[in-house]
Amino acid sequence: MSDLPLIQADRAVPPPAAATSTGGRRRRLRLLSRTDRVVITLMVLVPLLLVTAFVWLPALATVVLSGTDWDGIGPLNEIDFVGARNYSDVVNIYPPFVPAIQHNLLWLAVLFVVATPFGMFLAVLLDKELRGSRFYQTALYLPVVLSLALIGFVWQLLYSRDQGLINAVFGSNIDWYGDSNVNIWAVMLASGWRHVGYIMLLYLAGLKGVDPSLREAAAVDGASESRTFFRVVFPVLRPINIIVLVVTVIESLRAFDLVWVVNKGRNGLELISALVTQNVVGEASRIGFGSALATIMLVVSLVFITIYLATVMRENRE
Amino acid sequence: MSRPRSQAEYLARLVPPSVAGINRRSLLAGAAGTGALLGTGLLAGCGDDDSGSGGSSKDVTLGSNQSDPKPKDVLAKVTDGFKTSSGVQVATNTVDHNTFQENINNYLQGKPDDVFTWFAGYRMRFFAQKGLASDISDVWGKLSGYSEAFKKASTGDDGKQYFVPATYYPWAVFYRKSVWQQHGYQVPTTLDQFTALGAQMKKDGLTPIAFADKDGWPAMGTFDILNLRINGYQFHVDLMAGKEAWTSDKVKKVFDTWAGLLPLHQPDSLGRTWQEAAQSLQQKKSGMYLLGLFVGQQFSNDEQDDLDFFTFPEIDPAIGAKALDAPIDGYMMARKPKNEDNARKLLEYFGGKAAADINLKNDPAVLVANSGADVGGYTALQKKAAELVGSATEIAQFLDRDTRPDFASTVMIPAIQQFIKNPKDIDGLTSSIENQKKSIFTD
Repeated sequence: MSDLPLIQADRAVPPPAAATSTGGRRRRLRLLSRTDRVVITLMVLVPLLLVTAFVWLPALATVVLSGTDWDGIGPLNEIDFVGARNYSDVVNIYPPFVPAIQHNLLWLAVLFVVATPFGMFLAVLLDKELRGSRFYQTALYLPVVLSLALIGFVWQLLYSRDQGLINAVFGSNIDWYGDSNVNIWAVMLASGWRHVGYIMLLYLAGLKGVDPSLREAAAVDGASESRTFFRVVFPVLRPINIIVLVVTVIESLRAFDLVWVVNKGRNGLELISALVTQNVVGEASRIGFGSALATIMLVVSLVFITIYLATVMRENRE
Repeated sequence: MSRPRSQAEYLARLVPPSVAGINRRSLLAGAAGTGALLGTGLLAGCGDDDSGSGGSSKDVTLGSNQSDPKPKDVLAKVTDGFKTSSGVQVATNTVDHNTFQENINNYLQGKPDDVFTWFAGYRMRFFAQKGLASDISDVWGKLSGYSEAFKKASTGDDGKQYFVPATYYPWAVFYRKSVWQQHGYQVPTTLDQFTALGAQMKKDGLTPIAFADKDGWPAMGTFDILNLRINGYQFHVDLMAGKEAWTSDKVKKVFDTWAGLLPLHQPDSLGRTWQEAAQSLQQKKSGMYLLGLFVGQQFSNDEQDDLDFFTFPEIDPAIGAKALDAPIDGYMMARKPKNEDNARKLLEYFGGKAAADINLKNDPAVLVANSGADVGGYTALQKKAAELVGSATEIAQFLDRDTRPDFASTVMIPAIQQFIKNPKDIDGLTSSIENQKKSIFTD
């Protein structure tokens, strides 16, 4: 906390007056009036309570439930604890689990290596104020506005084996959504289509904010276009780069809607999030087993969150 | 969904005016869309709260999963009939079919409607055993026109009745008469004839058996009928109850037989919906299709007369070909109905002849369970279907209604899809199913 009053400096009680009223050990706090302290306490407490109630308690409950075989019916005191059985079942006898992990990692890799760089590339192109660049922006951003459920439907019209556009135009016979070797790529194309637009918008916003004098200086120094981008613009955009990176990781861990719309995350489209939903939501109600899957997903997410926080904190210290 | 939305909105504020115009507007459109989606979700979720509010003593509430326009309309006619005959107003709370099914646990443990739509089978008995549904044996005492098979299908594990059957539909092999006449095909009565017929169809340039399993459940019908033909009804019941081992030779023989028939099935079934498969039958590209009576929905009105079916042929003469899947839809009463007397009256009306007549007159896709109904209004196909079910020795309810829903959806759907992908590894598949079964059927 700085020495300056945090809120409404003009109304804060001047230090001497405060000193006389409470008589002296903690000078800094006395910089704040009583109202300020109440406000600050509330501002800390309310979000803290909300986060605890809606994030940490459910997360904790998930971890606890993952040790039970609860089926969602009956009072809580009848829950039986089964130890780590759910976890050993997940790893040993649940066939969709391993493919799900692989698909999640594949999803992350493809978004990271292909979709995100492509979106950034498009943003750089659009930043050049091409003719009709607004049209391109709209066209590329359009998929982001559509809900993923709708996107699933749109691509179904293209991908359907018997009635789809792709097979009709090319006379091919590929079972885009049904063949488990093909469908993950087909779905990732649809998902990437959306992701590219999203990244493009984020990055374009960043590029518009770059001080033009930096580029002019680079140009005066005789740097080529690509050298200017990689040596000057890209480092300047570090905050945006981190946001883009985090969005990419979040999107790939959250990947769910599209595979759920296509075939409820089965047959080649297994993802951890889809398996959680299959087991917990719906009639199945394998709450304990599904919670074990959710806990595994939580742990995987924590790895990325830790890396992200570590990076951000190190940056703040510097 | 809220996270990227708000983040996008946050970032949109950072966008310079040159880009902002278009995108902010489209973001708003997107937000409105999300709002609409959330709205429908909330409405579905709030359903049970609404029902509690309208409770005067003359009312009774009904939770309905009949969300498609046609069945919804038919149900409205039935409840109107009840109002006319008894003077009691029915407040119907309709929820999307799949949502209703997926939320049933929460629904029944919360504040359910007095009477609700459900299916016969394992799940019905499960709710009865858990005390989530009420005993309605006294209503059954006043009902007439039901065969013993229907009464058995309505009975819980404790021997009391918990369910009033209303409609049902059989699973059979459907075909187009015109196609069969053109090629001179005969209805097969043994597996050998069935296979020979398939081979002949292949020669004639048809796909012998239309097939789709993108949604995971249609192929369960094929497993069921092969199991019923090879091992009989009792084995089906015991297998579904977790009492028989999936690694037994009996189950392996079912998969073996199916593997032999797979080349006759439409390929690439895992990317196809049953509607698309039914259309291939309708377009005369496929020769036959094993499905429920609802296959007729994909045929236009003037094509209905061209649709015919036969029951799946005999495989083992000792077992015969008399058992089949014919899922029954009907009604149950919640554990603590607000208006118990009216709820019982409503159930009695649902099970009676008048309600059956209204169903029969208005919905050609189903058969009515009450034999007292005036069946003069049946189409030729319905009449034949009713005869088929009437002559059946045992009626199964379909795999996902005859076993635990967690086992059906999280184990059997992936397993059957795995089998369709790779029909060779039956040993690995059955032992995987058995391992998972043991972990699910613990009590």
